[in-house]
Amino acid sequence: MDEILLNVTDLRAGIEGKEILKGINLTVRPGEVHAIMGPNGSGKSTLSEVLAGNPAFSVNGGYVDFHGKDLLALSPEDRSHEGLFLSFQYPVEIPGVSMVNFMRAALNAKRKYFNEEPLSATEFLKLMRQKRAIVELDNKLASRAVNEGFSGGEKKRNEIFQMAVLEPRLSILDETDSGLDIDALRIVAGGVNKLRTERNATIVITHYQRLLDYIKPDFVHVLYKGRIVRTGGPELALELEERGYDWIKEEID
Amino acid sequence: MKDMTTDKTTKPEKNDSKNVIDNVTGNEYKYGFTTDIDTDIIPRGLNEDVVRFISAKKGEPEWLLEFRLKAFRHWLTLTPPEWAHLDIPEIDFQAISYYAAPKVKENPKSLDEVDPELLDTFSKLGISLDEQKKLTGVAVDAVMDSVSVKTTHRDKLAELGVIFCSISEAVKDYPELVQKYLGKVVPYTDNFYAALNSAVFSDGSFVYIPKGVRCPMELSTYFRINAAGTGQFERTLIVADDDAYVSYLEGCTAPMRDENQLHAAIVEIIVEDRAEVKYSTVQNWYAGDKQGRGGVYNFVTKRGLCRGDHSKLSWTQVETGSAITWKYPSCVLSGEGAVGEFYSVAVTNNYQQADTGTKMIHLGSNTRSTIVSKGISAGHSQNSYRGLVKVAPKANGCRNYTQCDSLLLSSTCGAHTFPYIDVLNDTAVVEHEATTSKISEDQIFYCNQRGIPTEEAVGLIVNGYAKEVMNKLPMEFAVEAQKLLQITLEGSVG
Amino acid sequence: MSTPVNSLTQYIELYTTHKADINANSAPALNALRPQALSQLTDTALPHTDTEGYERTSIAEMFAPDFGVNIMRMNIPVDVAASFRCDVPNISTLLGIVVNDSFHPTATLHNKLHDGVIFGSLCKNATTHSELVAKHYGSLAPLTNPSVALNTLLCQDGVLIYVPKSVKLEKPLQLVNIFSSPAPLAAFRRILVVLEDDAEARLLICDHAQDNEQQYLASQVIEVIMGRNSIFDLYDIEDSSPNTRRHSMLYASQSDGSNLLVNGMTLECGTTRNDYNIQLPGSHAETTLAGMAIASGTQHVDNNSQVTHTGCSSKSNQLFKYVIDDNATGAFEGGILVAPGAQYTEAYQSNRNLLASTGARMHTKPQLEIYNDDVKCSHGATTGQLDGEALFYMRSRGIPESEARTMLMQAFMTDVIDTVRIPGLCERLHYLVDKRFQGGLRQCGSCGSSCHDTKTKQQ
Repeated sequence: MDEILLNVTDLRAGIEGKEILKGINLTVRPGEVHAIMGPNGSGKSTLSEVLAGNPAFSVNGGYVDFHGKDLLALSPEDRSHEGLFLSFQYPVEIPGVSMVNFMRAALNAKRKYFNEEPLSATEFLKLMRQKRAIVELDNKLASRAVNEGFSGGEKKRNEIFQMAVLEPRLSILDETDSGLDIDALRIVAGGVNKLRTERNATIVITHYQRLLDYIKPDFVHVLYKGRIVRTGGPELALELEERGYDWIKEEID
Repeated sequence: MKDMTTDKTTKPEKNDSKNVIDNVTGNEYKYGFTTDIDTDIIPRGLNEDVVRFISAKKGEPEWLLEFRLKAFRHWLTLTPPEWAHLDIPEIDFQAISYYAAPKVKENPKSLDEVDPELLDTFSKLGISLDEQKKLTGVAVDAVMDSVSVKTTHRDKLAELGVIFCSISEAVKDYPELVQKYLGKVVPYTDNFYAALNSAVFSDGSFVYIPKGVRCPMELSTYFRINAAGTGQFERTLIVADDDAYVSYLEGCTAPMRDENQLHAAIVEIIVEDRAEVKYSTVQNWYAGDKQGRGGVYNFVTKRGLCRGDHSKLSWTQVETGSAITWKYPSCVLSGEGAVGEFYSVAVTNNYQQADTGTKMIHLGSNTRSTIVSKGISAGHSQNSYRGLVKVAPKANGCRNYTQCDSLLLSSTCGAHTFPYIDVLNDTAVVEHEATTSKISEDQIFYCNQRGIPTEEAVGLIVNGYAKEVMNKLPMEFAVEAQKLLQITLEGSVG
Repeated sequence: MSTPVNSLTQYIELYTTHKADINANSAPALNALRPQALSQLTDTALPHTDTEGYERTSIAEMFAPDFGVNIMRMNIPVDVAASFRCDVPNISTLLGIVVNDSFHPTATLHNKLHDGVIFGSLCKNATTHSELVAKHYGSLAPLTNPSVALNTLLCQDGVLIYVPKSVKLEKPLQLVNIFSSPAPLAAFRRILVVLEDDAEARLLICDHAQDNEQQYLASQVIEVIMGRNSIFDLYDIEDSSPNTRRHSMLYASQSDGSNLLVNGMTLECGTTRNDYNIQLPGSHAETTLAGMAIASGTQHVDNNSQVTHTGCSSKSNQLFKYVIDDNATGAFEGGILVAPGAQYTEAYQSNRNLLASTGARMHTKPQLEIYNDDVKCSHGATTGQLDGEALFYMRSRGIPESEARTMLMQAFMTDVIDTVRIPGLCERLHYLVDKRFQGGLRQCGSCGSSCHDTKTKQQ
């Protein structure tokens, strides 16, 4: 298939005047799973924040095509409507905003964007119930304020739950495995796998091979000093697990 | 030194706080001696003639006399401020002598020429003006009563272009610098005591750090009021030029006298582009006796102007002395990205009163300030934090964080917090948190159970409580400050 | 700053020329304090910006214009339905209406009241229950305060609430203050609340103006006298108009074991100053004092609290939150005073503010005065913006920025509303606050956030 979902060309970006991404090139097609790995500080989280449109980061150059749209010209909310989803490494707590109100606002904003009527209360609650089951999220959590007082595992499950509700074309999972015990990891990965289709794609950002045992990547990229310095198949991740990053650093530096 | 004859320490009676307090306050003000030194002193009272006399005595240029006279005339129109949470007995400004100087030979060339009694005084204070200090790398300017006695390390500093001398010398040797900066940060119109000081200031220190110089040693001034019936009105002026750095220490003591002595000083600091000034004070003026008789009235105006971009001024103060303290070391942050800091420990015991804090005036964009204030009240004392954080309408992206804690050691003392927060710009983030609580009985009990007597436990806990601020002091001072805390408070809880 | 005007003169003149009419149209218990009030007002001025505690709001200026005072108690007709916008579905209340400063009971109110309970005109009851009113009227609000003295000098009516010993009112009382006048009008209101031992009552007050154009001035003094173990809730919602000025002063005194909740919400106003003065002479008394202000345009909201603990083991908790938009100004000065001997006091205060535009201003002055060691006291004050991280998180889930902002502002006010102890009212207040943020702060009225959507898309 030649259809391209995401095409990143020479993307350069940074924060507070410091350039972190120094020319990223990446192509993602529907149905694919890409893993982005790399040592600390290589720019993995910056890449996900920039793609999601965090205003704290500045884009200094490059172009991102998202199924025909100029991604970088869209507001964060429109990127979401167009099907981009970021599962945050550190999901923020929002006291006073209930999960229910939050998700209803998100879902109805998306429906409005596509000129659809808002969901009725019953339809909405039914949908919430269905999607909760995917990540085994407790009903009690759904009635609390967004992420407030959630454990690390609950926050990550909540991210995948939101992903299930919003049905994105492209999901970016930023260090979704960090802070998860083995059971939570299995549930979260299971949720991601259940949501995979031929139409959508996933970018998994991770440090370790561990998550990739559950979510099988088609491509593995190594990000180092703001550039993708190596791309391979799943075997690259295994090699990194075994040998660490030093050999790659040596080759580059 | 432990007094083995006092067995009160070995058998502390619990629940008898008086006993423990006696035990500590028995440990009286150890800097309370007087020194028998010949003193040049003028009769009490204040009028234009006195101002002219002081100026003439110091052989000052015309402009400085004019400055003093203007200040004096302005002072006559003012009344002492009354807004502080202080009960200040009426002060008879005509009953104070405005000039007292130890009689020393003109410009002592070496320490041998300095009155041995005077040297003895300073060595009792733990300040040695002799060679020994050179090893520790501290340059000292000692001000006794109102006159600068001796500045050490001048030559070494001169090599770097650092000027560190008494302000009277500076007026003679660097008149253009003094005239350029004097009264620019604290104008004589600022307040009642600033006007008074501007009229009658007798000496103080002057520091100038030239462009790009990091002053290699701590600069230090020790102040001491010795003569009876005098006031001390010193004035400090510090200028850090572009990219300069200096750490400045100030310490104070006074003899024990039944009458109250007035100390009304001014400190002005100018910080240019990317320069940094650290100003540390350990204030241990005589606090009065257990009944609240005597003690120093410490009414001080300290202010720094961070006018350079990315300049930084950090105030650290440990206030343990004085009968009444009225002082608000402040930062005017006008340079882009300037940083102001204020770290304070204020301890009051017996009948001491303190109203102290800071002002952080954010005029420049992206300026930041931090305030950490730790108040400790014991006995019948009153201890107030008063602070202003102001963000001007055009100052974007400013940030302030304030933490004020008060620790209460007796049921008859008071701890008060009066912050003023004016935010006139919507991009500012200003946070203020304050707590007031009693010293934890659980902590004391825990220490007791491990065999630590109550008074020692209080000392430990208070020092721990104040640590965040004490850590900001240069090593030289930290040890002394810690001892002072212990002396002032040890065992103030039953 | 303009020089403070001595705006008192006009009111004193009004009193001296119309003394007979004022007294004739009121009651002896109210008239009794007027001479004393007058003597306190001689040679003084109303507080202005040089007066400590009034740095941000000049009462002198607030009272300076030439307002009419309805001395002759003429009946000003009012369309209650039109201005009565604060009905609370899901809860039923015992309703009284105050037009300007005259009490109008609803037709069936009297039948619904429990034996011995009074909820009615202060003027009328000052005659029928003269002893009760004489005993408590002016017992807490000090005439040394010029604003209180002025209110006492000219106040002719108001509301009396009396709950006898052990009577627990099931239904909340509701008072709707409506301003309505063909000419600029000043109303001097008084609310006197007396709860005997073990009594319980809840009062909801809503302030409205019949129209947005007329100039109104409200001077209001509320005195709350609480017996042992009594419980009282006061919800005071101001939803008036940009041309309304209000100075409201609450004085409460709590006996042993009593529990007081005061929640003041300023949604729409012109210039508002609220003073909350709460004394806790009793032991084991509890106070919750909450307040919110949502200010836009050129609104000015100044809250001043003073909670004084003199009894042992009492608790107080203060929470004030502000959202300031456009060129509005907010001010908060809050005090906690723990007197010597008030052992085991717990007193907390929190003031949190959001500035939503470049012209918005906030002045905060929290104060702690503690004269005792066995206490737990704290205060905190923050002024800042909406959490940028939360905003981005919400946008990344597709929620438009303006909607996300509104949601975060509503969320910001949640804990103030959550202090409300009447469930139905809680929901209603959430609704009112939401509406205020959508309609008021966004200036979009019924079209909601749709216009912001189009804007975002165009960008």
